[in-house]
Amino acid sequence: MNIDTKSKLNFNTTWSYAPALESQDHIQINKKYGHFIGGKFVAPAKGKYFKTINPATGKAIANIADGDQSDVNKAVRAARQAYQKYWSKTTGAERGKYIYRIARMIQERAREFAVIESLDGGKPIRESKTIDIPLAAAHFFYYAGWADKLEYAFPNRTPEPLGVAGQIIPWNFPLLMAAWKIAPALAAGNTVVLKPAETTPLTALKLAELIQDADLPPGVVNIVTGDGKAGEALVNNSDIDKIAFTGSTEVGKLIQQSVAGTNKKVTLELGGKAANIIFEDAPIDQAVEGIINGIYLNQGHVCCAGSRLFIQESVANIVIQKLKDWMETLIVGDPLDKNTDVGAINSKNQLKIINNYIEIGKNEGAHYYESSCALPDNGGYWCRPSLFTNTSQSSRIVQEEIFGPVLTVQTFRTVEEVIKKANNTPYGLSAGVWTDKGSKIFKMTTGLNAGVIWANTYNKFDPTSPFGGYKESGFGREGGLHGLADYLKFV
Amino acid sequence: MPPTTEIKSPTIDKVGIHERAARLMSRSIKKDSKMMALKLALNMIDLTTLEGADTIGKVKQLCNKAIHLHGNHPGLPHVAAVCVYPTLVRTAREALKGTEIRVAAVATAFPSGQAPSEVKIADTKFAVGEGAHEVDMVISRGKFLQGEYNFVFDEIAAVKEASGEAHLKVILETGELGTYDQVRKASDIAMHAGADFIKTSTGKISPAATPQVTLVMLEAIRDFYYLTNKVIGMKPAGGIRKAKQAIQYLVMLRETLGETWLTKDYFRFGASSLANDILMQIIKQETGVYQSADYFSFD
Amino acid sequence: MAKRKIKSVAPSSPGKGNRKQSANAGSNGQSNKSLRVQKTYKLYIGGKFPRTESGRVFKLRNKNGELLANICQGSRKDFRAAVVAARNAQSGWAARSAYNRGQIIYRIAEIMEARKAQFVEELVLMGYSMRNAEAEVSTSIDRIVHYAGWADKYQQIFSSVNPVASSHFNFSVLEPTGVVSIYAPTNNGLIGLISTIMPVITGGNTCIVLASQSFPISAIGFAEVLHTSDVPGGVINILTGKGAELLTHFSTHKDVNAMIYCGDSKSDVTAIQRNSTENLKRIVLYRENDWMLPASQGPYRISDVQEVKTTWHPVA
Repeated sequence: MNIDTKSKLNFNTTWSYAPALESQDHIQINKKYGHFIGGKFVAPAKGKYFKTINPATGKAIANIADGDQSDVNKAVRAARQAYQKYWSKTTGAERGKYIYRIARMIQERAREFAVIESLDGGKPIRESKTIDIPLAAAHFFYYAGWADKLEYAFPNRTPEPLGVAGQIIPWNFPLLMAAWKIAPALAAGNTVVLKPAETTPLTALKLAELIQDADLPPGVVNIVTGDGKAGEALVNNSDIDKIAFTGSTEVGKLIQQSVAGTNKKVTLELGGKAANIIFEDAPIDQAVEGIINGIYLNQGHVCCAGSRLFIQESVANIVIQKLKDWMETLIVGDPLDKNTDVGAINSKNQLKIINNYIEIGKNEGAHYYESSCALPDNGGYWCRPSLFTNTSQSSRIVQEEIFGPVLTVQTFRTVEEVIKKANNTPYGLSAGVWTDKGSKIFKMTTGLNAGVIWANTYNKFDPTSPFGGYKESGFGREGGLHGLADYLKFV
Repeated sequence: MPPTTEIKSPTIDKVGIHERAARLMSRSIKKDSKMMALKLALNMIDLTTLEGADTIGKVKQLCNKAIHLHGNHPGLPHVAAVCVYPTLVRTAREALKGTEIRVAAVATAFPSGQAPSEVKIADTKFAVGEGAHEVDMVISRGKFLQGEYNFVFDEIAAVKEASGEAHLKVILETGELGTYDQVRKASDIAMHAGADFIKTSTGKISPAATPQVTLVMLEAIRDFYYLTNKVIGMKPAGGIRKAKQAIQYLVMLRETLGETWLTKDYFRFGASSLANDILMQIIKQETGVYQSADYFSFD
Repeated sequence: MAKRKIKSVAPSSPGKGNRKQSANAGSNGQSNKSLRVQKTYKLYIGGKFPRTESGRVFKLRNKNGELLANICQGSRKDFRAAVVAARNAQSGWAARSAYNRGQIIYRIAEIMEARKAQFVEELVLMGYSMRNAEAEVSTSIDRIVHYAGWADKYQQIFSSVNPVASSHFNFSVLEPTGVVSIYAPTNNGLIGLISTIMPVITGGNTCIVLASQSFPISAIGFAEVLHTSDVPGGVINILTGKGAELLTHFSTHKDVNAMIYCGDSKSDVTAIQRNSTENLKRIVLYRENDWMLPASQGPYRISDVQEVKTTWHPVA
């Protein structure tokens, strides 16, 4: 279908939406937080704190303990004690009941957690409320049920916990990533030391308070806040049995180096540059919605984002036109406004990285298009959704992970061609396929080198569904039965 | 006009439609944007009575309500039209003389459409002759489900011709079509055959209008616009009783088609009790007090 | 929030000097306390508590011969109505997400935990020692939690993707068999009931249960728990009555897909197996005596009432 430029739709309407701010009256954020070690909040050893910033305003929200090696060591000792004295002696059924408590309490306090998540990280309240918090609760609920059923999960093997797990999580889905790490670890019988991301510690600390309320034995879950040096100390601690890391491929490789020669088990969930592939027989409007979900929601801060769009040539024009029209309806704004689609970029630093890539793209000769939406003018970190056409496989913006609301667009002609192009990357986390033909879906999933493939949908997560990458997107799986294996040893 | 084999309708993914509709329905419309939406929705209503028991008296009362929605309350827009059976068009025209409110007539053996084409054409000509500004026709669902798309197309084209100057709304009766793919196909056939509006339902069966099926039809209208540059209107009918629902439909309209369609010329609500709920919400917005049905005349 | 504490209520002993005792918690029958309101025990069908349409009751007595309650003697018509309710509820129950079913089942445990004391007292009233009653109620609650956790997992261990030799994607999944009639164990009041019902509904089936004739009161208490948790009406239907009278219908009704029998009569088993041929009903026999053991729970109890569906699709 050829698009007549006269047929442009006008989304700059007389009727617009008034601000619809989520209330903050009921939430509680302390001025200062210590680490959560041995069931209590304790001050950092060196007494140093840093501020966590609200990226929608650039203003500080709270003071957070700056963890160093001695804090980490203390936490690992508490975790080891708790493992030896309580947790390894607790039956699976009892472990399960503790984890169920956590799940149900998250549900009870969902609203408070959602508001704090949006304040601390910049993601729209609609996403926190409808995706992050419910999925986090669901993850705890799912793994609670495995705790007394491990004997059924691995034929002919007797599973045992590893001991103490060190877990480092990123800033894009803070509470959800904490759930993805803590839930299976506890269900399998381990104790944990979690290091949340530097820019988003709050919901992890609120989770610590909740864990106190759930009466979990002290030291089973410990939380040390801080930056890269706390993470490094955790990785290098000699009494850790397992490291689980989600973050950039760059840091993942450093971690793998650090643990070489030790007996530590490692799982890594790293970056991605997923291909989102639209065939001519796709349900086109739903596919365009899928493209939007894949790259613009959560501000593109998603490791499995569909950041490389491949459109079959015969429908390229119509898809691009629809995409551009659709982008005009996206609202970039205050994360606490219920109508916001795209919130604040998580940090000043990340905004710099994204803008840098946009420059690179322009310099490489790609054609840049951004939506025309207004941006708030208040000191926050904002970026309009954008896309690049006239790109090529070798462009840096096509090869490298941008981690922002920036989409690159390429075309293809055949199934074989697009499989090759999609696989032509060191990453292999995820991919999307849009077609009405079932046999083509299965052909594509057979051929694509990615750990998660979405057919006629995108960015769908469920605690029962294993998630993880091929190649440099990491190894190990989180979620589902497969997600248990990495927290167990088999005797 | 192309034969129906040349009309290519895409496949529709049901899960995707439901997710998109759910996202749009989660929009929070408050304060002045809510007031604007309420008044816009009120202005888009086709106040409807389509009962076997309709009488001159019933229709006169309906028209009276259309003109005087809520006493002398200032700043209230009027409804777009009233919708009646052809035999009552003359009464409605008389009652609404001097106002801008239009008279729409259902025709073509409404609601079943199970009658020979000649009867349907005669029904249409009668309604138009009585003074209907707009004709709401029903497609032959039986023929459609038998795969006789050319028949369906030709019938719509013939009714369009018989309507003369009157605007033609084509009712697909989406609740009988089965899948969204079918709804899309029927929408495309109707638009290519000359419809001025496509409409979801007769309101006589369940399910009638839903946000999801409306979204499918709005997307069909969008593609038709890209193809031909023609603006086709849309009317969800039946089952829309609450102001909140109406506002959700307007959000869907705004974010699918944009400014041009946000007017009664291109969007209508086929409803009766909706008007009072909107009035209650308008008064509540103005006064801050929740209202009771006792304070609004029910017809 | 502190650990949830259970308010314990002193158990009642059969009132001295009271001829008729209702099986309720509380009073010791002293005349200066307010007169206890005696409970009427009904059936639980389609989310409602009707009396038996037959109007009959049988008397439940304690070991001293004192009357504990008049128990509804359910009829074949009650059973018929229960099957209709179970069938109506089945497709909706199976269509819910596994997560949703798991949450609902977990909530049954939440509600029961809060009413632990009532269940303990009822078992004691029917002749249990305090210790056994407490153990049985605790185990019952834990068993419910256990099955809540299976809802979204049994599919993962019993399904498969089958590597067929042709160019097809081939997968096998479990689907619930449908409506299940259950002849609950007769030698206990609660654990047998829970152990037979839970795996059936975890897997998306609905059921009609005949409670133990000797220990029927807990079943009605359990029905009250279901009624106040989020279990939709019709998913679990509970009848009291005489096994001899109802067994034929439990095993012949053609709109029942499977039957679970927990009695120990060989002639009954033969009769059931013969009757099942009416509609090729799946018969499941559980023969244990001690339902408290871990062996009486597990995923195979779920798969016992599941069918396997295999689908092929080309890969091209």
